[in-house]
Amino acid sequence: MAASRVSLHLMARNSGTSSIRALSRAVDSEGSQRKGRTLLQFLADYFCDVEAVREYLLRKQVLKVHQKNRFQGNEWIRSGHGLSPLEFRKFQEVPVEAVDASGCAINYQGLDNLLALKELQSLSLQHCPHVDDWCLSRLHQLADSLQELSLAGCPRVSERGLACLHHLQNLRRLDISDLPAVSSPGLTQILVEEMLPNCEVRGSDWARGLKLGLEEQAQGPK
Amino acid sequence: MLRRALRLGLRRGLLSRGLGTRRGGSTLDWTGRVSNIKKKIQSALPGGAWNPLYDTSHLPPEQADVVIVGGGVLGLSVAYWLKRLEKRRGAIRVLVVERDHTYSQASTVLSVGGIRQQFSLPENIQLSLFSAEFLRNINEYLAVVDEPPLDLQFNPSGYLFLASEKGAAAMENNVKVQRQEGAKVRLMSPEQLRNKFPWINTQGVALASYGLENEGWFDPWCLLQGLRRKVRSMGVLFCQGEVTRFVSSSTHMETISGEEVSLKRIQEVQVKMDCSQEYQPVECAIVVNAAGAWSGQIAELAGIGKGPPGTLQGTKLPVEPRKRYVYLWHCPQGPGLEAPLVADLSGVYFRREGLGNNYLGSCSPAEEEEPDPGSLEVDHDFFQEKVWPPLAWRVPAFETLKVRSAWAGYYDYNTFDQNGVVGPHPLIINMYFATGFSGHGLQQAPAVGRAVAEMMLEGRFQTINLSPFLFTRFYLGEKALEHCIL
Repeated sequence: MAASRVSLHLMARNSGTSSIRALSRAVDSEGSQRKGRTLLQFLADYFCDVEAVREYLLRKQVLKVHQKNRFQGNEWIRSGHGLSPLEFRKFQEVPVEAVDASGCAINYQGLDNLLALKELQSLSLQHCPHVDDWCLSRLHQLADSLQELSLAGCPRVSERGLACLHHLQNLRRLDISDLPAVSSPGLTQILVEEMLPNCEVRGSDWARGLKLGLEEQAQGPK
Repeated sequence: MLRRALRLGLRRGLLSRGLGTRRGGSTLDWTGRVSNIKKKIQSALPGGAWNPLYDTSHLPPEQADVVIVGGGVLGLSVAYWLKRLEKRRGAIRVLVVERDHTYSQASTVLSVGGIRQQFSLPENIQLSLFSAEFLRNINEYLAVVDEPPLDLQFNPSGYLFLASEKGAAAMENNVKVQRQEGAKVRLMSPEQLRNKFPWINTQGVALASYGLENEGWFDPWCLLQGLRRKVRSMGVLFCQGEVTRFVSSSTHMETISGEEVSLKRIQEVQVKMDCSQEYQPVECAIVVNAAGAWSGQIAELAGIGKGPPGTLQGTKLPVEPRKRYVYLWHCPQGPGLEAPLVADLSGVYFRREGLGNNYLGSCSPAEEEEPDPGSLEVDHDFFQEKVWPPLAWRVPAFETLKVRSAWAGYYDYNTFDQNGVVGPHPLIINMYFATGFSGHGLQQAPAVGRAVAEMMLEGRFQTINLSPFLFTRFYLGEKALEHCIL
């Protein structure tokens, strides 16, 4: 009875990890009694208790949707593209270099998972709806390794949160375009560039402002 | 259809009245009339505020369970947590009495608005940590249906404290305590300071402590309005008036050792209305003194300190108003976006304000040179003589600056040990204090409100133990000294 409850639990939580579902499907054909035992054995081999399974799945859920990860020297690894937990175990010792969490519903507490990655070089938090100034104040923990950061399109980030990016002295590329909560994007970009002299800051589109001026001139004399 | 017919009937009826007087507005909407009638019936029923002789809607109710004297951030925080922690919805009737609804002299809105965890007492650090968490999730705590979310304009830039050779050892100890409690603070040497903030002149600085997270400054007016809105929606009653008298009863009891002790209990609070002699006695069970700079006067009204000096009856509440100035200046070559709130070893502090190279800051005057707290007039010579020289020494860019404006506000200064007073009075058993925070009340208000509400509802502190801040320490002489005061 316990075995079947555990397997149901996994199915309900498991939108991203197709691999475990594939595994249980493969085992399905052997009959319900044997399915339970094999699945449990498999789980018992890799996790010490149910809490560890839940934690593992929660970490995967945090980086869900458009999640892509890149390990040192390897290609981007996307979820849902058939990477089983066995293969993940191979990469356990390999540090994570880049995380693309665009569009994720990651929040202040969820950042714990990202800040534990001490060799992270590139972080993309584009269009994350819950990333705000408080979250940016936590990024100082990645100061030693972070070289590329993208905050484009985050609705809650304002110039006050951008002020605490000065801890990230190794930052080389910063994208702060399309931030609706920033009051004066042009001035903010200049101040951020002064704050981070070694960093290339990509901010709001200058050309857009110029084009509007030309159009007005064209319509003027008429 | 019936409604339309009735409406037509009414209109025709009124037109045909002609000479009759018509009360109220010119439009006759059915729903408006129904709600008016409902209100009148409700006020006439028992329990309502209807008085057939004259309008009493501006007066406070005749009975309330808790009367909070003072509607600033601390008073509202206590009201919020009382309503949040009450066991049954609507169980406690809370009345907040605020003398000035424009808050023109309230310390809350005149504050610089900083929040830090860099204190020396563990209790202060815990209070600030919880308050930072409250502010971070303010839209979960203070959400009101159909109202827009609050934007506190929080700047997470941190505080930077500078220390000389003499103060370096104390700063290291303090940082150790802060780290133990969970604050994220970094110690920096003068060289690291020069690398990070090249605009600081590090001469004379031996050590610096820099708060990395949960420290910065925010808009206190927004917090106050958010609390008011939420607290109103939870059913707390507001009254614009001044507390002029407490009517109390005494019981004479004997201690174990046979001494006679007279325990008082406040039965009634007399609230005088603004600009009139009219007053309303409010029967109450508990009174909370959250009057800020005027808490000392309220305590005297209740009879605290009326007795031979050296006894518990003769121990006054040592909270008095102290005037502090804040100056806003413009300096085009000043520190950039990364500037934290810098607190120099001379006592001068400043922070960035906005994006236009404006800064605000000040310094606490020395004990002997305390300005007269009679009015909130600003002394501009104080800036020229006491604030500018150490400021320009520490940040050479500030040698050329132009003062744009200035204001003054009160600290509810605790002359005993510059830390807050919370909890009940030992002799006046139903008066609770939430005052005396000497310049760091705003940043600790959410946590202090919760602690006082717990004390009132459960009889003891449950989350943060604030026993070092009880009133009895004034009699016993146990100072809870805070070393990091701005």
